[in-house]
Amino acid sequence: MAPELGIFALILAFILSLSQAFFGLTGAWRGKPVWMAVARPAVTGQFVFVVMAFACLVYSFVNNDFSVLYVARNSNSQLPLFYKVAALWGAHEGSLLLWILILSIWSLAVAAFSRALPLTFSSRVLGVMGLISSGFMLFTLWTSSPFLRLIPAAPDGADLNPVLQDFALAIHPPMLYTGYVGFSVAFAFACAAMLEGRLDQTWAKWTRPWTIFAWLFQTIGIALGSWWAYYELGWGGWWFWDPVENASFMPWLAGTALIHSLSVTEKRGIFKSWTLLLAIFAFSLSLVGTFLVRSGVLVSVHSFATDPTRGLYILAFLVLTIGGSLTLYAWRAPKLYAPGGFELFSREFFLLVNNVILAAVAALVLWGTLSPLVYELLGVGKISVGPPVFAVMFLVPMLPLMVFMAIGMHSVWRRGKLTATAKPLWWLACAAILLSLGVQGLVFGELHWLGLLGFSFGFWIIFSALLEPLRRLRQKQTLTAALLGMCIAHLGVGMFAIGASGVESYKIEKDVSLKPGGSFRIAGYDFKFVSAANVRGPNYDAVQAEVQVTRGGKPVTLLEPQKRHFWVQQTANSKAAISVNWARDLFVAMGDPLGDNAWSMRIQYKPLVRYIWLGAIVMALGGLIAATDRRYRVKVPAAAPGLVTPPDSRAELGSA
Amino acid sequence: MWKFLLPFAAFVALVVLFAFGLNPNRDIHALPSPLIGKPAPEFALTDVMDASKIVSNATLKGQVYVLNVWGTWCGACRQEHEALLEIAQQHVVPIIGLDYMDEREKAKQWLTQLGNPYSAVAFDTDGRTAIDWGVYGAPETYLVDTKGRVIFKFITPMTADVWHHEFLPRIAAARRAGA
Repeated sequence: MAPELGIFALILAFILSLSQAFFGLTGAWRGKPVWMAVARPAVTGQFVFVVMAFACLVYSFVNNDFSVLYVARNSNSQLPLFYKVAALWGAHEGSLLLWILILSIWSLAVAAFSRALPLTFSSRVLGVMGLISSGFMLFTLWTSSPFLRLIPAAPDGADLNPVLQDFALAIHPPMLYTGYVGFSVAFAFACAAMLEGRLDQTWAKWTRPWTIFAWLFQTIGIALGSWWAYYELGWGGWWFWDPVENASFMPWLAGTALIHSLSVTEKRGIFKSWTLLLAIFAFSLSLVGTFLVRSGVLVSVHSFATDPTRGLYILAFLVLTIGGSLTLYAWRAPKLYAPGGFELFSREFFLLVNNVILAAVAALVLWGTLSPLVYELLGVGKISVGPPVFAVMFLVPMLPLMVFMAIGMHSVWRRGKLTATAKPLWWLACAAILLSLGVQGLVFGELHWLGLLGFSFGFWIIFSALLEPLRRLRQKQTLTAALLGMCIAHLGVGMFAIGASGVESYKIEKDVSLKPGGSFRIAGYDFKFVSAANVRGPNYDAVQAEVQVTRGGKPVTLLEPQKRHFWVQQTANSKAAISVNWARDLFVAMGDPLGDNAWSMRIQYKPLVRYIWLGAIVMALGGLIAATDRRYRVKVPAAAPGLVTPPDSRAELGSA
Repeated sequence: MWKFLLPFAAFVALVVLFAFGLNPNRDIHALPSPLIGKPAPEFALTDVMDASKIVSNATLKGQVYVLNVWGTWCGACRQEHEALLEIAQQHVVPIIGLDYMDEREKAKQWLTQLGNPYSAVAFDTDGRTAIDWGVYGAPETYLVDTKGRVIFKFITPMTADVWHHEFLPRIAAARRAGA
């Protein structure tokens, strides 16, 4: 009964989102308040039915209803309850439903918090969001329904892929989708502004907190995915430049650029058409990512099944949404052009540089991801773009970006002159280089060019980010949430730079063969394989090794990696054991039995690797603080831009 | 104001690229099978339904046959299954299944629940035979002529349409040439 109810609820939600789109858009076009009034209740109704559809699928999963094809394929009666729920988004159909649920939550939030906006504008925003929802619902109903029956029912399910049975991966898709889908709000705001033919500074003020929220969820989502790949895939790498990862990284880059560009549009009323374009790009890249991951156009090493129908649908959807919005852009953006100059080394200049670099990196990643396809289309032959190419494409633009970031934090609007706080910046740069050399020499005992660059820039950005908040605290001046958030987010970038360059410069990875009693030394740590024993989990058997780690004879930790064998899918999965502290990770993963009680083991020393994810969390935290700034909560009528007038020019620092 | 049309133009180029990517006849890995015209690699594997029996293509010499590569893990294989059942009903040529990187129990369940279009299914548990045949993914369907040469390879799900337009004429031609 539940799956049929689910389909029914989804069809109702589809009809409601169509009416949300129709009445929201045509109501605003024809100027009919009664029509526009339909949009909000339609959003609420759509939300209720989507929740109902989602609940029906959760119910089928929790109750082991293997007469539902999707449940039979992705769950199993022995699966722990938490993973039964998470299995819902373990494959294509269910993850689409999750996408729809998150979109309806965002729509509801927009409907609830947009009452202070002009009615025609908010109707158009909701109308555009309705179009997107109905597109995704039709896609699900037509090609990818998770509610299909399997008759006769399977005796038991095929189980969730063991590598997906993990906490970080269970919460990774909801976080990532919240980010992906959240960019639809900025997209809808951009489309509504173009339809209205009006884009002022207030528009940027409305759009900015929504964009920051979407961005911070995506930041956390990407970090979770990277963390998962690090400990679950058993290799110890943290980023692979895989098409799927790139698909999540491109919208993040565009979103980061958008946040910065919005601040210029908000404060100075310029960069308007560029901001619009970035708002379109951020969401379009999310959609393109969805297309690439789900259509089978780019085949990753692990996916074999090909399904052209779904790809064709998404492509048609891309043409309608992205093509439609870019046509609108070509038509309306010229009218929104606002002349306005700025000086070299003013804040506008630094933010423009930021935008150009981030957009260039996004374009390079897109090129790297798609170039195998381009070469094939041109008949040049088969190529593959590997991580080294991406690493260079990423690193080369990032170094100047970090310089501009460290200095740009202390620039002011309009004038090409840095604030007084920026004075120590130059000797702090020298201090950062000395500190970086010191850390390399004393802690790691060897100099590495990547470590030198990463540490120096990282320390410099951290110092620079701390300057202004410390000065204000010392002089007992107020510290706005926007300024604090900006500094914290940039501090996170510094931490990331230190973590990423540290681990890439000084990591040690060894594959060794060990017998019980044998030991191996890396980076001063002795790893002794004590014994191996059989253990049993809820849905797997495992061999668990006991690895005693000592340093100079003193015990450090006991690591217990497992080689798990899952009963249902009959697949083996290595569960790494990791010892964590503030400076390094010690990582042991079991390979294969080599006979005679010997095991192959991957032993790794990963210095500073935690700062990669910690940096991402700090970036997201900075976003969260910035989004709660007072000026975004003030309910302003459309015609009063610049309501919060800063007491002095320095207070404007808070706006980037 | 042409510059405002630039993003749209770039997007059109992207759509062309994607449409090309979706072309169902595109060899996903951009490598035409080097096997065409060459002798089909021989295999002798256990039967999925009965591990004590051996399935080998050596016994099929002199016959035109089809080799269909599939697996229970492959969604698109589920999609082509009805078409295969229909084709099997026509009894034109024997269809040999190659169950690739799979589990025996699951494969048995699949064939009993959905119906079995194959005259025999070889169980290629470690995928070695598939490597010999140059299999990139599943589903893939090969046509072998009376002299034991691979004459055609089709990637992506089999349909009645593909069967009529791509396979039947080639089968007829192969039989004429062999007779």
